[in-house]
Amino acid sequence: MKRTPLYQVHKTCNAKFTEFGGWEMPLQYTSIVKEHLAVRATVGLFDLSHMGEFEVRGPGANAFVQKLSTNDVGRLTDGRVLYTLFCNEAGGIIDDLLIYRYTDNRYMLVVNAANIEKDLAWIRSHNDTDAKIKDVSEDTALIALQGPKAIDILNPFVPELDVSEISFFRFVVGEVAGIRTVISRTGYTGEIGFELYVDANNAENLWEALYPAVIETEGQPVGLGARDTLRLEAGLRLYGVDMNDDTNPYQVGLGKFVKSKNRQFIGKNALLRERKKGITKQMIGFQMLDRAVARTGYAVYQDGEQIGEVTSGAPSPTLKCNIGFAIVTSQTISENNRIDVEIRSRMHPAKIVTVPFI
Amino acid sequence: MIPQELKYMESHEWAKQEDDIVTIGISDYAQSEIQDIVYVELPEVGTELTQKTEFGVIESVKAAFDLYAPVSGEVIEVNESLLDAPEQVNESPYDDGWFLKIRITDPSELDALLDADSYQAHIEAEHA
Repeated sequence: MKRTPLYQVHKTCNAKFTEFGGWEMPLQYTSIVKEHLAVRATVGLFDLSHMGEFEVRGPGANAFVQKLSTNDVGRLTDGRVLYTLFCNEAGGIIDDLLIYRYTDNRYMLVVNAANIEKDLAWIRSHNDTDAKIKDVSEDTALIALQGPKAIDILNPFVPELDVSEISFFRFVVGEVAGIRTVISRTGYTGEIGFELYVDANNAENLWEALYPAVIETEGQPVGLGARDTLRLEAGLRLYGVDMNDDTNPYQVGLGKFVKSKNRQFIGKNALLRERKKGITKQMIGFQMLDRAVARTGYAVYQDGEQIGEVTSGAPSPTLKCNIGFAIVTSQTISENNRIDVEIRSRMHPAKIVTVPFI
Repeated sequence: MIPQELKYMESHEWAKQEDDIVTIGISDYAQSEIQDIVYVELPEVGTELTQKTEFGVIESVKAAFDLYAPVSGEVIEVNESLLDAPEQVNESPYDDGWFLKIRITDPSELDALLDADSYQAHIEAEHA
């Protein structure tokens, strides 16, 4: 299994580890619930160095990323970030990712750890421009600071600017604790926060600089366990669980990130056909009405008929009930918001609720 | 940390015998590994359990874990308080966090379980 540059730091913090997408990552340091609630109340510090980063540089970079992206990269100006999808010709989702625009000729793509090889092969095989693609995942560490206190904690380390002035989905290249950092106002928790990209050699220094301030603010280091419950509460999909190469954006509620007007991209024709045909499956959020926990793969029923399957499910530490996403047949859910989830051969009641959950 | 008077399974359930009644729970080691227990599913009073077969489920935030019966017998009491307060299993695995009381049919089944020292050795081997 691969390890991030912060592996030893996690060991020192007594992390319990888990395998995720070929990486040995911290699952939790103290407790998933405590870490989750710390992010909601104050702040959490995350090692996300397993994520993949690609640089796309040179003439044609703009046209090239446009061609791959369902969302409109043309809407980006320098210093802005875009959430988007790469789809295959059939409209299936290859990955969901962030695109950072430095300039017209320079972009950074941030992709899911488990998809690095797949994405790289896809991108390289479709490059018909002079743009150069470089996988910088190994050289790049990613540390996230997420929670209502994130701005207060980060600011003293960034003398040259006030980080509260970095708007949502924007980034600046600056220094954090004297370390050259891409300071990105993004996250996967539903809280205010930053994702900090640094050279892998500086990962430990940045973590050690921020850690005491995080602890002093009653924050915590946070593992992938709480990252999963945080993103679920915030209504954010997880690639490989909620979607894969065979699901299209409309089936998982990501249709708003498909911008087809006046532009071409791979998968466009298939997605237009899908939309014309009418959406037969869709993603819903649900809340269990008893204490049972719905998990990935459990069958979802309405009025005794199976209508779909749970994709993500977990207890919500914030709401103190069990929540989840399911993909269900569209026509069934309009009239009635009561469903059942089959858990170990027994039906457990649930209701459809709006997403995000919090 | 590991109570000497109890018997254990390799799957981390404990059994406490008082005449023909055996109380069942999970060990402190198991609760600390599972953490954040949010749900416990237990059989009803009157259910017949068979040694080493599943009788229930506990769920943490992250995953579900099967529970195995350390001995065979009839369920005569269920710790109903766990339904509303499953965190008792984390807080008090050997006392308030017990699951079931069983009337056993074959006391010799207890001889097949681990004593405290063997269980300690088992944990250390599992953790190594």
